Amino acid sequence: MRLLFGLLLSFSVAAAIGLGSSWYALTQNVAFGALTLGAWTAYPRIGTIGIDPYARAAIARNGELPVGLGDGIAFATSTDDDGRLLDGRCSVVVRGITPPARYFTVTLYTPSGQLVDNSLDRHGFTSQELLRDVTGDFEIVVSPSARPGNWLPTGGVERYVLMLRFYDTSLGIATRAGREAPMPSVHIEACT
Amino acid sequence: MIRWLLWIVGGLVLGGIVHLVSIMVLPRTATQDAYARLVALAPVNGFAVLPAPTPATASVPFMDPAFATAVCRYDLVKGPIKLAVPVSQAYTSVTFYTRYDVAYYAINDHAAGRRSIELDLMTTKQREDLPDDEEVTAADRLIVESPTNTGLIVARAFAPEPSLMPNATAALSGAQCRPQ
Repeated sequence: MRLLFGLLLSFSVAAAIGLGSSWYALTQNVAFGALTLGAWTAYPRIGTIGIDPYARAAIARNGELPVGLGDGIAFATSTDDDGRLLDGRCSVVVRGITPPARYFTVTLYTPSGQLVDNSLDRHGFTSQELLRDVTGDFEIVVSPSARPGNWLPTGGVERYVLMLRFYDTSLGIATRAGREAPMPSVHIEACT
Repeated sequence: MIRWLLWIVGGLVLGGIVHLVSIMVLPRTATQDAYARLVALAPVNGFAVLPAPTPATASVPFMDPAFATAVCRYDLVKGPIKLAVPVSQAYTSVTFYTRYDVAYYAINDHAAGRRSIELDLMTTKQREDLPDDEEVTAADRLIVESPTNTGLIVARAFAPEPSLMPNATAALSGAQCRPQ
């Protein structure tokens, strides 16, 4: 009898801990080899054969096809530089310059990876479309109401993810934070 | 008391094993992974251009809307595949994924350095079986080895602005992947 209870206790602890931690790892996007530059995070190994088991499981679960490392690298953020969660009802300014790459794109997604619905059908910018100032810097305003310049409409969604993808770039596994990789800043300015 | 503690410690150790096994097994049991999503859209050993992602529908999540995308679902069981993807004006890339969505190789138009990206895809076994004299003539052809018998080839053509999307799509409609 005692043995039975012991086994039951053991198995329930094992199931709770094992499956609970797996669930946590998959929903919190645990992956190794993160490259964090400012608010932006990329996982260069996700686009290689050396992808770690956690990233593999996360990709199998959400169904995406990661950008291969010979193609480019994808950075994402759901917070600003101070760690505050991006909110579609606020104005968020993305400003600065980017590391060298042949092209880059900025795209707005819902947390599950769908494009964000808006009346303009604008979901992002490519490096060629962006208006820049005389010094070559750009400024993108992500906000629910119309703005002059590079306006990325949020359609008023609560949570979103900004993705910055670089194509044909030397950014990768060997990249370290610093001067070789200047990333644009992300700031929440005002909320309505 | 000690006995119960031992049962709990045993449970924790077993829990660790359950955790590792579930993480390792998940990619092989996932029913909504990218490969499964594209089975209905992509033919075997032939390219299909995917519909542009919209807020309501997307073939796979996190597609870049600035790219036209074409997918070939390859099967190497009957022999190697020859791949040819015409290069569009702006930027074209080809990425290879295993059956379990691991991106094992990617190449872009600069690296390929021609008007089209051309290469042979085969399994390690098929490469070993290549006759030696063919190895020499194959020197100017790029050979990629697939870790799995089946998988996905995804060709992407960049449209720097939305008005150039038809050009990108047109370039990809000439993409070919077929048995040799």
